[in-house]
Amino acid sequence: MTHQSSPTLSVVLTGSGGAGVMTAGQTLLDAATGCGLYGLMTRSSGPQIRGGEAAAMLRFGAQPVLCHGDRFDVLVAFDFENLQRFAAEIPMDATGLIIADPAAGETPEFLRKTGARVVHVPMAKLAKAVPGGRVSMVALGALARLIGLPEDSIVGAVAKSVGKKKPEAIAASERGVLAGAAAAADIEPGARLVTPPAADKPRWSLTGNEAAGLGAIKGGVRFVAGYPITPATEILEWMAPALQKTGGVLVQAEDELASINMIIGASFGGVPSLTATAGPGLSLMIESIGLAVASETPVVVVDVMRSGPSTGIATKSEQSDLNIAVYGLHGDAPHVVVAPLDVGDCLMTAQWAVHLAESLQTPVTMLSDQALGQTRAVIDKPAEASFPTRRAVWTNDGEAYARYALTPSGVSPMALPGVEGGQYTADGLTHNVKGTPSSQAKDHIDQLDKRRHKLEAFDYGAHWAEIDGDGDIVVVTWGSASAPIREALAAARAQGHRIKLVALRLIAPAQPDRLAAELAGARRVLIIEQNHSGQLWRYLRAHCDLPAHVTPIHRSGPLPFRPGEISAHLQKGLES
Amino acid sequence: MNMSATIERSFKPADYKSSVKPVWCPGCGDHSVLLSFQRAMAELALAPENVAVVSGIGCSSRIPAYTNCYGFHGVHGRSLTVAAGLKVARPDLTVVVASGDGDGFSIGGNHFLHACRRNIDLTYIVMDNRIYGMTKGQPSPTTEPDWDTAIAPGGTGLSPFHPLVVALASGANFIARSFSGDLGGTARMIVEAIRHPGFSFLQILSPCVTFRPDQQKGWKDIVRNAVVPETDDPGRAARRLMTDDGFNTGVLYRGKRPPYQPAPLASMDPSQLETEFDI
Repeated sequence: MTHQSSPTLSVVLTGSGGAGVMTAGQTLLDAATGCGLYGLMTRSSGPQIRGGEAAAMLRFGAQPVLCHGDRFDVLVAFDFENLQRFAAEIPMDATGLIIADPAAGETPEFLRKTGARVVHVPMAKLAKAVPGGRVSMVALGALARLIGLPEDSIVGAVAKSVGKKKPEAIAASERGVLAGAAAAADIEPGARLVTPPAADKPRWSLTGNEAAGLGAIKGGVRFVAGYPITPATEILEWMAPALQKTGGVLVQAEDELASINMIIGASFGGVPSLTATAGPGLSLMIESIGLAVASETPVVVVDVMRSGPSTGIATKSEQSDLNIAVYGLHGDAPHVVVAPLDVGDCLMTAQWAVHLAESLQTPVTMLSDQALGQTRAVIDKPAEASFPTRRAVWTNDGEAYARYALTPSGVSPMALPGVEGGQYTADGLTHNVKGTPSSQAKDHIDQLDKRRHKLEAFDYGAHWAEIDGDGDIVVVTWGSASAPIREALAAARAQGHRIKLVALRLIAPAQPDRLAAELAGARRVLIIEQNHSGQLWRYLRAHCDLPAHVTPIHRSGPLPFRPGEISAHLQKGLES
Repeated sequence: MNMSATIERSFKPADYKSSVKPVWCPGCGDHSVLLSFQRAMAELALAPENVAVVSGIGCSSRIPAYTNCYGFHGVHGRSLTVAAGLKVARPDLTVVVASGDGDGFSIGGNHFLHACRRNIDLTYIVMDNRIYGMTKGQPSPTTEPDWDTAIAPGGTGLSPFHPLVVALASGANFIARSFSGDLGGTARMIVEAIRHPGFSFLQILSPCVTFRPDQQKGWKDIVRNAVVPETDDPGRAARRLMTDDGFNTGVLYRGKRPPYQPAPLASMDPSQLETEFDI
């Protein structure tokens, strides 16, 4: 978990299509990682399918970094084309450094106004001057020199990515890096990286989407059906070959209606199943998630949230699907909704989601988001999680089988096709204990009670929330908003303030008793989330006894929460 | 499961019948389809627990609970997708999908195209009565343009959907038709459809006695065995189906495309996947 008490350095690389911004960003992250640093990288691009302006935003530190900071220390502009589009996403100030190509023309007004120092490196000219030279390598060479990153770490990262079979490409990169570094030799550096002693802990580099895929497979998922959608597609693309290797299969469905129903079918057959989508796809799946509730078929639906409603901003994050995830289903349809708290936590939360679905024979929706899913982070290798409970299956014991028998836990063993004597019809129609369609009041009420009871009686353990610190001011949040809040809290605590954080991983079913225990004695509660209407706040108001002084703090995407923004809210809370 | 016991078991049509009483109207063609299904199962001697019957919503989609097989009665229009997931995950099962003209060709139309194209080893039985029966008599995609209903006074004026032609164009490899009133013929078609590897599509003309009383007698007189040799030539089949009046029964096209059954490549331990994230 992050707590940015140690210094960090933020860099943004920008350029138009084909300039190699994203590749350069990846190389820079790999190079810094090779020097023992932690870091993360978020990609931002315009609406073009290919080409167009792009920005790679990176932040480095000697300790794990799980969100972006308040401002960027260095901007490297390969060119200034359409850079204006990123103005709101690239906060800079007078302490910043802008490395630009003099041939790119005048520095855009929004950057000049920040007061950041502009220095020139003729990147394009230098790249042309060396055989096989590329602008991106010259830029990284200059940047490395100015932030104190060893230049050979850049070449090392290139070598690692292109492989030993291409010595020419590696040599060309080296020439470019050296030319850039030489050109920056006489430039006064700005903020410098503080390189730590070599890290001795095993570290991973992965995106939230990859982490979710891995967690799902570790949780036992062996069937996935999905339909391409930004920003969830990488889950499917990562899982397709990974499932092949682990004895599973992924089917690309014709639409999201098919995806959800395919995984329901596979799970009915006994194979733990998952689909991944974003808001528009989740909207299409809702009817069948209700079917999974009624037929008690375990499935996991990962929603990588993006700005909505409708098509919204497909490439930008927002925590605005809580309402549909919790309330979208018609009828009384209790189910489980969980949310990962940071990039690495996507792994454990996905694994837990499979465990909950299988144990409770219910659909579980996991609310990840674009900021988690498409951010690549360097993290400490996560601790191994293990969830031993699996789906209760029926074995022929000679007794007559009743699929939806009323049991003390509310969970009834599921007969899997192929088992003689267990034949039943899973049904979305109201049914009796045997699964036979029924419109009798008693059957309806019994089954509604059963499905509610199994979720309420289950022990969700300590995973329901991450609790951090103590104090009579309590911040309640969920999902990706947690990381910038943790950073702001670390700063406040460093000033002597006592503040507690409750970051919810389990959204539904609500845990009113557990939350009440955490809020006992709180003088003030702040509920912070990234959506326009305060969806978590309203949800908690409906389900929990909240103290009198609750301050809801919420705003929409597409811009991420920054720690300083949270700090300002905390300051107000501390003063009132 | 005791395999030797399975081998020794023999099956009668009644072994595939459940104790649940159908909701269908007396005289509904679907009663006959259920009987034909039971006969076909007994002939194939498939153990009931190794068969799954999957359906959507509508009169015909009530059939799974009336069989003694595993059943899945899902939401409207999505039966083919539930079945696709089940069959890919459990290739050992025989998966039969039951649908109607509204469930299969209207709300579920897109899945029909892709099921034909994907060619998973499913048997798709559509009981076509050219009406929405469960909601009491609205026109379906196969209803005649001048059929007068409350929701479309004077008729829809729309050309009926031609499911067999669409199936052929979408890549279906087995296309057949039968009439529910011909129990033996329908049972034979179900047997052939299940034996066919890959996706097989069987349209069963199954009269609605309540909202389409004209069908009961009319179809009986008009249906006929297709007096043409079976073909595996899609060009010939296309001509045949395009000129068909909708009442020729039998196997009208049988192609040779191999079924889709993705096979997992390996069974690596998931922890080995993690190495790609190591720094």
